[in-house]
Amino acid sequence: MILTIAGRELRSLFLSPLAWSVLAVVQLILAYVFLIQVELFLQWQPRLAAMEGAPGATDIIVAPLFRTAAIVLLLVVPLLTMRLVSEERRGRTLALLLSAPVSMTQIVLGKYLGVMGFLAVLLGLTILMPLSLVAGGGLDWGLLASGAVGLALVVAAFAAAGLFLSTLTDQPTVAGVSTFGLLLLLWILDWAGGTGNEAATEAFTYLSLLTHYDALLKGVFDSQDVLYYVLFSVTFLVLGIRRLDAERLQE
Amino acid sequence: MHTSEVLVRVEGLERRYGEALAVAGVSFEVHRGEVLGLLGPNGAGKSTTMQIIAGALAPSAGQVHIDGLDILDHPIAAKGRIGYLPEQPPLYRELTVDEYLRYCARLHRVPRGEVAPALARARQRCGLEAMGHRLIGNLSKGYQQRVGIAQAIIHNPAVVILDEPTVGLDPIQIREIRQLIRELGGEHSVILSTHILPEVQAVCDRVQIIHRGRLVLNEDLKALEARSEAELLVRLTAPPAIEVLGGLPGVARVETPAAGVFLLHLTAGANPAPQLVRDAVAGDWGLVELSPRRRTLEEVFVQLTAGDDTGHDTPEAAA
Repeated sequence: MILTIAGRELRSLFLSPLAWSVLAVVQLILAYVFLIQVELFLQWQPRLAAMEGAPGATDIIVAPLFRTAAIVLLLVVPLLTMRLVSEERRGRTLALLLSAPVSMTQIVLGKYLGVMGFLAVLLGLTILMPLSLVAGGGLDWGLLASGAVGLALVVAAFAAAGLFLSTLTDQPTVAGVSTFGLLLLLWILDWAGGTGNEAATEAFTYLSLLTHYDALLKGVFDSQDVLYYVLFSVTFLVLGIRRLDAERLQE
Repeated sequence: MHTSEVLVRVEGLERRYGEALAVAGVSFEVHRGEVLGLLGPNGAGKSTTMQIIAGALAPSAGQVHIDGLDILDHPIAAKGRIGYLPEQPPLYRELTVDEYLRYCARLHRVPRGEVAPALARARQRCGLEAMGHRLIGNLSKGYQQRVGIAQAIIHNPAVVILDEPTVGLDPIQIREIRQLIRELGGEHSVILSTHILPEVQAVCDRVQIIHRGRLVLNEDLKALEARSEAELLVRLTAPPAIEVLGGLPGVARVETPAAGVFLLHLTAGANPAPQLVRDAVAGDWGLVELSPRRRTLEEVFVQLTAGDDTGHDTPEAAA
């Protein structure tokens, strides 16, 4: 049942020009970043060769690529998630789901899975870029995998937040803007460092979406960071389910 | 007549929107093979009642049982027995008719292998055979409405709930849809709302009138017709004194809506027409018209819903 809903979601996404333009634009920007980093690596290569314990190709190319990818997706994911529920509400198609023999959990998970399916395609295309380097040399597989997992987790968290905010309104643009605002705020939360209050700084740094991602990009695979994203996603999904349930009860 | 099993049982249904009470204590039953017509002025609570029965909205109080299953305790099983067409058909404009109906079938747990026959049957019943590959967004309103109905019956539900199913259709389509509803009434239970009164007379077995969230009439259509008082419209060019007409056996009272036109209100079961014709010939009254009339559903409707202080829309009587 979840897969049925996810399949419909994915199909509708690919039937709209939005999905294709998102794929094209993201790919274009990331390819540009990728080429810059490759160029940089080629310039530095002679000096790096002389250094002891110098950063490798994966450090120099993959980490910046994935960091940029996360920022680009911060802008793009709200565009994809904003329509998930609000559009159904606007087009009055939500009644179909609500009167069908499916639970709220199945509806929310189906929609989440649908949009994650699309994002998986996007991530797959992004990861293909560094993989193309295998043709010309070795890669640090551990670092690449850690970065890819990090990016996937970040995107999963973005999508969950976007899905929840989409259940709150029947205006897709409102859902999109508020998702973007929330994600950006959580991204820059650790800028609050240096306000003097030690505890607050620490809390903000912990809550920031960026801190945990950076660790993974450096190849530090800490289960605490993974747990942060999992908890983040689950929280917003549960909130989304609760929100739809509440709507049925009192609207 | 309806001694068969009860498919829908609604008890003391209530629904609040904030302060406003949209549905206030509605109770009724629908049997298998019955077509129930829900009538009411705009904003009377028809759609809310149907949404609750369909499970799209939870009631503030009261219970809904579908085929013996409480819709709050066993929502999945109960909803599986329902096909629901909301006021606005829930269509995805970017999908083709086939894609959409296949999705609806899967959503209503039609097993994968049975989707294709179910799709063919629903398309055939709703006259959509040639439309399978068309985009829903490009269809006319009438065809979109048919897709909405097809969506409601594709999983062969025990109970079909149709909220104003003939809105936006042309007269030929309306006839076809009414025919379809009658057919559905054979094996399923159908609850339909409308504000087109002749539609109720054309397709329903039973009629309920909802007014301000309350059920004000719940009656078998046949019983309603038998019970309703009959009238006789008489047009005479040389009428006798009005007392002569009033003195005919079975005439309760006489109205004169226009000169030479008499409306005889009859007592139950009486028919003074033969006597009137004999008298008219004998007295040379110049009888030019004699037509029996029944108090129509429209009058019942107006009587039950218009006697209140607040203003509201009167229903359109034209089909």
